[in-house]
Amino acid sequence: MSASQPLLDVRNVETHYGKIIALRGVDMTVNEGEIVTLIGANGAGKSTLMMTICGSPQASSGSIFYDGEDITRLPTHLIMRKSIAQSPEGRRIFPRMSVLENLIMGAETAGNKDVEGSLKRAYDLFPRLKERRNQRGGTLSGGEQQMLAIARALMSKPRLLLLDEPSLGLAPLIVKQIFDAIRDLNRQDGLTVFLVEQNAYHALKLAHRGYVMVNGKITMSGTGKELLAREDVKAAYLEGGGH
Amino acid sequence: MEYFLQQLINGVTLGSIYGLIAIGYTMVYGIIGMINFAHGDIFMVGAFISLILIVTLGVTASMPLALLILALIAILIVSMALTSVWGWTVERIAYRPLRGSFRLAPLITAIGASIVLQNFVQISQGARNKPLQPLIPGGFTLSEGAGESGFIVQLSYSQILIIVVTTVLMIGFTTLINKTSLGRAQRSCEQDRKMASLLGINVDRTISLTFVMGASLASVAGLMFLIYYGVIDFYIGFLAGVKAFTAAVLGGIGSLPGAMLGGLLIGLIETFWSGYFSVEYKDVAAFSILAIVLIFMPEGLLGKPEVEKV
Repeated sequence: MSASQPLLDVRNVETHYGKIIALRGVDMTVNEGEIVTLIGANGAGKSTLMMTICGSPQASSGSIFYDGEDITRLPTHLIMRKSIAQSPEGRRIFPRMSVLENLIMGAETAGNKDVEGSLKRAYDLFPRLKERRNQRGGTLSGGEQQMLAIARALMSKPRLLLLDEPSLGLAPLIVKQIFDAIRDLNRQDGLTVFLVEQNAYHALKLAHRGYVMVNGKITMSGTGKELLAREDVKAAYLEGGGH
Repeated sequence: MEYFLQQLINGVTLGSIYGLIAIGYTMVYGIIGMINFAHGDIFMVGAFISLILIVTLGVTASMPLALLILALIAILIVSMALTSVWGWTVERIAYRPLRGSFRLAPLITAIGASIVLQNFVQISQGARNKPLQPLIPGGFTLSEGAGESGFIVQLSYSQILIIVVTTVLMIGFTTLINKTSLGRAQRSCEQDRKMASLLGINVDRTISLTFVMGASLASVAGLMFLIYYGVIDFYIGFLAGVKAFTAAVLGGIGSLPGAMLGGLLIGLIETFWSGYFSVEYKDVAAFSILAIVLIFMPEGLLGKPEVEKV
C-alpha cells in the first residue's frame, strides 16, 4: 500500500431510500492511523453514510474503496469480513445472548486466532464487561451496552472501526470513559477510527480531522482544531458546547 | 392406574413426534417471523421417502437386528438429505425473493408450496393409504393385567426407539444451537439480522440452514410416524403439521425448549383425551388448545422471557 492511498475512500456517493435521496454525492477519506469524525444535525445522513460504507443500503452511485479495493457492490457480510467493524447506532446488542456470547459473535467470522487475547483487551478497556460477562445483553444499562457494542466490534481485530453515535443518551462521565477508550485504541493499538457524532465538541477535540454534513452533503472539512475554531461551526453545532 | 400408564407412554411417543416437527416451525418463525405452512408436508415427504426406501431395499422385521438398524440409519440419512434439499429449495425460490415484501406474501407461497407437495405425492404415489408391515414388533409388558382393572400395559420397542431417538436428537440439537458457531449465528440472526450481517454473518445462508435443520428433523419425525403407525398417506402432513404448529405456539413460538415441551403436551393431551373422553374429538381438543393459548396466553409457556431494555 502506498502511503498516499487512504484506508477508506468514499467517492461521490449517492444513496437513496426508495425515491428519497439521503446522500447527495459525498466525498470523504480516512487515512490509516487517523481518527476522523463526521458531525451534523439529526437526519443529515451521517448514519446513512456509515451504513452505506457497510453496504446496507448499497450506494446508488459513486464508489467506496477500502484499502484500495472497490467494495461498493459487495454484500454487507463480505465487507465486514475485511477488517472493518462497526459499532452501530442504537448499539444493537443481542439481547438474549450473554455479554460473553455477544463478544464472541464479534470474532466469529473474522478468523481471529487469538480470541482470548482480544477478550482480555476488551475487558481491560471496559472492566465492567468482565464483571457482567454472564449476564444477558438486554439487561445491561445504556452505557454498558455501548461499551459492549464497541468491545464486540473490536473482537474482530479490525483496522478500521466505524463508530455511530457512541455518546448518545449517556451520562457525561460515561461519555468521557468511552472517548478515552477510543483515544487509547487509536494511540496504543494504531486503530483507525471513523466516528459519527452529534456531540460535536467532544468529537472534534478527539479527532485528527472532521467533516460536517448538512442535508446529505459534506459542507465543510478540516482538522478538528480548525473546525472547532470556525464561527459557523460554533454557531450551528457547538451552542452551549464545552459540556 | 395401568390404563393411565399406558396412555402416558402413548402420549409421550406421539408428543416426541410432534416435538420434532414443532422445532422446524419455531426456528423458522424465530429467524424470519414467518409460519412455514409447507413444513408439515416436509414431514409427510420424509415419511414417503422412508417408505419407498424400506420397500425398495426390502427391509423387513425378519432381517438380523444389526442389519435392520443399519438399514434404518441409512434410510434416515438419505431421507434427511432429500428433505433438506427440498426445504432449502422452497426457501430459495418461494420465500427468499419475497423477503422484504409484505408479511402475508411468503405465507401465501408457503401454502402454495404445501399444496404443490401434497399434490405431487398424491399423483406420483397415489391417494390410497400406504401400509407397512411392522418393522419393529414386540416390546415389554410392564403390567400383566394383574391389577383390579386387568389392563395390560405395554411398552413397544418402536415406542422406545422413538423416545430414545427424539431425546438424543433434541439434546444434540440444543447443544448445536447453544454451543456451536452455527448455533450462535442462528440465534444472532433471530435477534437482529442487520447486526448479524454487520458482524460478517451470511444471513441468507444462515436462514437456509435453518430451513435445512427444520426439514431434516421433520423427516426423522416422518420415519418415526411410519414405524409407529404403519400407515401413511399424502395428507398426514396437514394434520400433524397443524398440531405441531399448535405445539410450537403452546410452548411459545420462537422458543426451542418451548417447541419440545409443547410437542410433548399436545401429544399427552391428545392421547389422554382419546383415552378418557372420545377418540372422535381428539383433534378438537388439540385445536381448542391452540385457540385458548392464542387468546389468553399468546406468548406461550416459554415464549421470549426476560425484560429487554431499549
